[in-house]
Amino acid sequence: MGDWKTITVPVLSPDSKNIFPYTSERKRSPTSMNSQVLRLSLPSSKNMHSFYGAFCTEDNIEQSVSYIDRELTTLGFPSIYAESKGKELNLISIINCMNELLVMQHKNLRAQEEVEMQHLKLGSDMDHLQNCYAKLKEQLELSKREIVGLQERDRQLQSKNRNLHQLLKNEKDEVQKLQNIISSRATQYNHDMKRKEREYNKLKERLHQLVMNKKDKKLAMEVLNYVGRADGKRGAWRTDKTEARNEEEMYKVLLSDYEQRQKQLLLENAELKKVLQQMKKDIISLLPPQKQKPKERSEDGLVLSDQEEDIGELNKENMWELSCETVREQLTNSIRKQWRMLKNHVEKLDNQVSRGHSGVLNEKDVISREDHELETEKLELEIQQCKEMIKTQQQLLQQQLTCDDETTLLLQDCYLLEERERLQEEWRLFREQKKNFEKERKSFTEAAIRLGLERKAFEEDRGTWLKHQFLSMTADYKSENMTTPSAFLRSSDPDICLVKSASWQRKPPSVLSPTVSPEPCQISQYITQNRVASEKPAADNMPNLCVESDDKEEIE
Amino acid sequence: ASCVQHRLVVRDASTLQIRQLYTCLDQIQYIEWSSDSLFVLCAMYKRGIVQVWSLEQPDWHCKIDEGSAGLVASCWSPDGRHILNTTEFHLRITVWSLCTKSVSYIKYPKACQQGVAFTKDGRYMAVAERRDCKDFISIFVCRNWQLLRHFDTETQDLFGIEWAPNGCVLAAWDTCLEYKVLLYSLDGRLLSSYRAYEWPLGVKSIAWSPSSQFLAIGSFDEKVRILNHVTWKKITELEHPAAISNRKTIVYKEVEKSPTVDTERLTFPPTRALASSLFSTKSKYDISQVPVSLQYNKPVADRANPKVGVGMLAFSADNCFLATKNDNIPNAVWIWDIRKLKLSVVLEQLCTIQCFQWDPCQPRLAVCTGSSRVYLWSPAGCVVVQVPGEGDFQIMSLSWNSNGDSMLLLSKDNFCVCYLETEEV
Repeated sequence: MGDWKTITVPVLSPDSKNIFPYTSERKRSPTSMNSQVLRLSLPSSKNMHSFYGAFCTEDNIEQSVSYIDRELTTLGFPSIYAESKGKELNLISIINCMNELLVMQHKNLRAQEEVEMQHLKLGSDMDHLQNCYAKLKEQLELSKREIVGLQERDRQLQSKNRNLHQLLKNEKDEVQKLQNIISSRATQYNHDMKRKEREYNKLKERLHQLVMNKKDKKLAMEVLNYVGRADGKRGAWRTDKTEARNEEEMYKVLLSDYEQRQKQLLLENAELKKVLQQMKKDIISLLPPQKQKPKERSEDGLVLSDQEEDIGELNKENMWELSCETVREQLTNSIRKQWRMLKNHVEKLDNQVSRGHSGVLNEKDVISREDHELETEKLELEIQQCKEMIKTQQQLLQQQLTCDDETTLLLQDCYLLEERERLQEEWRLFREQKKNFEKERKSFTEAAIRLGLERKAFEEDRGTWLKHQFLSMTADYKSENMTTPSAFLRSSDPDICLVKSASWQRKPPSVLSPTVSPEPCQISQYITQNRVASEKPAADNMPNLCVESDDKEEIE
Repeated sequence: ASCVQHRLVVRDASTLQIRQLYTCLDQIQYIEWSSDSLFVLCAMYKRGIVQVWSLEQPDWHCKIDEGSAGLVASCWSPDGRHILNTTEFHLRITVWSLCTKSVSYIKYPKACQQGVAFTKDGRYMAVAERRDCKDFISIFVCRNWQLLRHFDTETQDLFGIEWAPNGCVLAAWDTCLEYKVLLYSLDGRLLSSYRAYEWPLGVKSIAWSPSSQFLAIGSFDEKVRILNHVTWKKITELEHPAAISNRKTIVYKEVEKSPTVDTERLTFPPTRALASSLFSTKSKYDISQVPVSLQYNKPVADRANPKVGVGMLAFSADNCFLATKNDNIPNAVWIWDIRKLKLSVVLEQLCTIQCFQWDPCQPRLAVCTGSSRVYLWSPAGCVVVQVPGEGDFQIMSLSWNSNGDSMLLLSKDNFCVCYLETEEV
């Protein structure tokens, strides 16, 4: 390990290059020394590579190997030496160890990467947190400053408020002072005025005396003749009697005035009483007839009824002529009571109206009201449902109106479904018949082929027989005894030959058609045979074949 | 009757024909008819002489000489046979009797604006007196001039007294330094005293309603307070703000009409009629839309008797309307409906209002502003009446005839009578 250390130090110090612990790039160094050393993906610089070379040289191979073995064993790897022989390296174990080491290295790299990632994340988180912290600090600072500012303002406003209060107080004091000053000055002025007035009076007195003295000499008034009094009476002396009469007259005047006023007031009173009575009647009529609550206020009720009876009696008499205190009080009290009742009633009505009721409070109405509510709810629900239905129907209608082709097809499909099914059934039947017919045709063709072959064979036989015959005939020609049947045969031979040739000629172009035409007899046979099987469809098959083909064409 | 210098001219009211002509000794300062319209007194204050003339007998004459006592005021007694002379410095009131040639003296009369008040029926007379710096009121029986009651008032300086039209209540009010209105019954009992506020200037004018139901007090704070006769308490306060905002108030504004001149008919030198018509401006009433702000004069603070407050009050004869004038707003007449206690009409004039008076028979108000036009208002509407004539006729005051058919318009030097047509129903 000392080697390691001594080697690492010169690596770091003289090397100007920094070791980047986070780079995980593989570096290849082209030193020849490394060709023996495995390329590692450790953080490396050139010196490190030289270091790799420095570890194991040609001289200390054994030591280095043993060292490596020791290290590996300490790390838990199996020994790289061969089993017990020592000095011989177990290549397999070496390779295994190397592999293990590589795997370890990979793992470590991965772990390192992860750690690096985490480190990065944590670093960014840290940055983020630091930023947040810085922002919050700023905010805190700002709010602190704001608080300080607001406190300052608050203090200023409070001091202003205090100042204003003080000013107000001062003003009030001043006002008070001024009022006092005014009152004191007023008294002073009054005093002065009085003094001056007294002086003035004195002067007036003096003057009066002087004037009076002078006046005696002159005649103050000159009248040509006396004028009669306006009312014709003569002037009277001033005596006590006259004084008394004066007083009397004065009091008479006053009394008459008072009487007049009293009359007016009585009239007014009467009017008002009448109005009150009217009002009372109206209020009573307005109130609901629920005044039968004698149990609650039995005593009061009795008293009231008595009072009301009294009032009623009084009403019968000329009530407005009685203006005694009690009657008046009774009237006003009764009116007040009625008014209160009316007010309560109106308030109750208002409450009911606010709850949604209009009308007189009655139990029946309450129930019906609830029913009414339920009904209205039901109706509302119904209305909603109907509306929804209408909506859906409308939507459907809309859909129907908008997409035509599909619906028409669908409609047609609906309407033609039956027909289609019918048609399908018929088709099935047709197909079956077609199959049958095909089978028959096949059989016909086979039969026709067989027939053709038989004919061939027959023709060949005939030919040979004719040859024989001819030969024989030539032989026999000599003998002129030809039987007529041979003439028949002869006649038939060319017929046969013709037929043969014709048939041969006819055969190649089409197999069916000749088979069809000459076979009607056979076909008829078959047909008769088939007729046994199926009469109608066979007969129909013929014309229906075309139809079928037509159908086929159509459908296809 | 009118006086010119030292001559008394008596004319017929309906035709203005001169009936009589009398010559007095000196320049006449004051004339008054006696209550039965048989005599006219002419007072010459400088000489201290009162001369009485009779209409029935033009030869009859009477002269009353106060001598060195001097004469300040003179008036008839309600029975038309006595003359009350107030001597100088208000030393005394001398009651001269025309029938008996006897003289009575009333001592220490008060030197105030309305010191003597007669009841409407002429039975009693109230005289304000002041002795030893205290105010008193003496009630005299006019028939024989006997003192009926003598009582003191709680006023600082009694300013005026006025009887209610029913003759049973006497209103006395204090000087404007003190707001106090006292109500005394005929027999001298204090019925009630009313004080609206303490320090600012107080009562400026007072008016009784013709039915004696209301007493309107106009004060220096631009308000009119109305007391009722049953409780003698204030029933309402009528304000006179400069800005009228109530939509129900009708504001009539006098608007000048520019005179239309026919330029073709101009002649040189212009005829008198043309000239007068050119220079006399016509005006008419326009209804201004509420809100209206009236011309408001801020009072000069350091002068006595400022032009502030309600200076003129008058009830209409049918007790339905009250006309007031706020001296702060000198161009407007405020007409209040008493039945509703609301402001019903405001008449805004171009010039300061000099005088207004109600028609004694109908609710008709005549207003004069010192221009040559008289303005009439009635609940039916208002109209501007131009006084025809040459030159300027500045109407300073007016006076209705007691039958309500005609009106006397007075300017400084002239007077004219305005006859009003009555509709034939």
